[in-house]
Amino acid sequence: MSRATPARGASRGMPRDFLRGRLDQHRDEAKDSLRRLVAAPLSSLLTAAVIAIALALPAALQTLVETASGVAAGWDREASRISVFMGLDRDRASARELVGRIEGRADVIAVRLIPRDEALEEFREQSGLETALDSLEENPLPHTLVVQPTASSPGAISRLGEDLGRLDGVDRVRLDRAWLERLQALLATGERLALLLFGLLGVGVLLIVGNTIRLAIASRREEIAITQLIGATDAFIRRPFLYMGLWYGLFGGLLAVVLVNTGLLLLRAPVDHLAALYDSTFTLNWLPMDIAAATVGLGVLLGLAGAWFEVGRHLRATAPR
Amino acid sequence: MAVVELHHVFKRYPEGHEALRDINLTLEAGEMAFLTGHSGAGKSTLLKLIALMERPSQGQMFVTGRNVTKVRRRQIPFLRRRVGMIFQDHRLLFDRDVYTNVALPLIIAGFRRQEVGRRVRAALDMVGLLDKEQRYPITLSGGEAQRVGIARAVVNKPDLLLADEPTGNLDPALSREIMGLFEQFNQVGVATLIATHDLDLIGQLGRRTLSLREGRLLGERAEVPA
Repeated sequence: MSRATPARGASRGMPRDFLRGRLDQHRDEAKDSLRRLVAAPLSSLLTAAVIAIALALPAALQTLVETASGVAAGWDREASRISVFMGLDRDRASARELVGRIEGRADVIAVRLIPRDEALEEFREQSGLETALDSLEENPLPHTLVVQPTASSPGAISRLGEDLGRLDGVDRVRLDRAWLERLQALLATGERLALLLFGLLGVGVLLIVGNTIRLAIASRREEIAITQLIGATDAFIRRPFLYMGLWYGLFGGLLAVVLVNTGLLLLRAPVDHLAALYDSTFTLNWLPMDIAAATVGLGVLLGLAGAWFEVGRHLRATAPR
Repeated sequence: MAVVELHHVFKRYPEGHEALRDINLTLEAGEMAFLTGHSGAGKSTLLKLIALMERPSQGQMFVTGRNVTKVRRRQIPFLRRRVGMIFQDHRLLFDRDVYTNVALPLIIAGFRRQEVGRRVRAALDMVGLLDKEQRYPITLSGGEAQRVGIARAVVNKPDLLLADEPTGNLDPALSREIMGLFEQFNQVGVATLIATHDLDLIGQLGRRTLSLREGRLLGERAEVPA
């Protein structure tokens, strides 16, 4: 006569069969909980959909922020340039002379001169304002020097900008960096917002799963009581509900990935068009693998956690007194 | 060895009701006894204490040789696996077939599938329901449902069987049959404590009888040969 488990301790001196039996339990519970979800497809789908939407929002925001950050990084080099505008009264010779002077500096890699007539020509082609420009009596554009600094830190670049502004013949200096920094600050805000949303909506998912599990527990109250009477441990009682939470979280997470990708697909055509208008080859990609994995993983974790808390509450409430 | 030992056990409920007062009781291994008394005398409370469904307010309790007076909650499931319980209302799972209902204690204890099958069929054979393993409890008669409950209680080969009014809803002939099953299990060494107010049946069986009145254990009637 063999006993399944000794009266005390959980795992000491167990026969090997015990582990196999435990595996049987897990397989059965995983299948059974899945069967229960499939048996009530509408309510299961609704729960998964609510979880999916809650997870999709921050995932989508995070994706957009990351995409935009990638674009901004590509602009970085371009953005560290300094545009130096000369006074309108300066001629081409003094412009060349200024180029020579700036090129000699150690903190400058290269200087390119855009003569005022070329600038006007280019502007005429790109802007389509030909007739308006033709009506002007003289060229409103100055000679422009595009300076590529050695340094990339905002401080060094703005110091260089100030130096250049003091040179003879320079009317105005524009740092392209400023707007990029604003963009990057905006993106950092977006990233933080996505994190905050993850936290807030994560709590939401926890509550949704918890509530669903609470209903499942209520409908299986008698079954729980009976299995406890014939020797079920807390772990055994928990198991089917943990699997239920796991399935909800998994399906919710997967559905969230599908939702975000659908959204990105729908946005792709207008974004491509927009990018083309800006002469950019930028395009929206699918949800990156790491964000997708994080979304599904978080869904599973939250599903398990919600189930764990709810069953724990029930177990404490029904403990013998 | 005593399977059940109670020393000066009291059970008071928070609202002040005293369900059991100073109970002293010993049930030896392999012994069969009846517990009688009017409704509210404390029969169910006493069984619930032994089954660790409730805790005593005072006193010492030993079940299957272990001191369970202050047993930790985590240990309770393992102790319950050594005690088979039978209820008046069967307490079967209605969405599972007979086989699964009987198999449940074994599944909970983590037996492998083949071993579960072997033991469940043996238990169903003993209660004469081998041909009904695929039926659902709702399709069974009261007597059959109770026999499924008994099969579930004995399938894990417990040291002790506790039955709370097991024949409460059955006619005398069926009741006699159910009691016959208990005697059969008792003969293979399972200690059995049956709460019932069916005094006729107790009279026929002539076993040790414990009487409760207002939470107190009255004098025992000695064992009489059947």
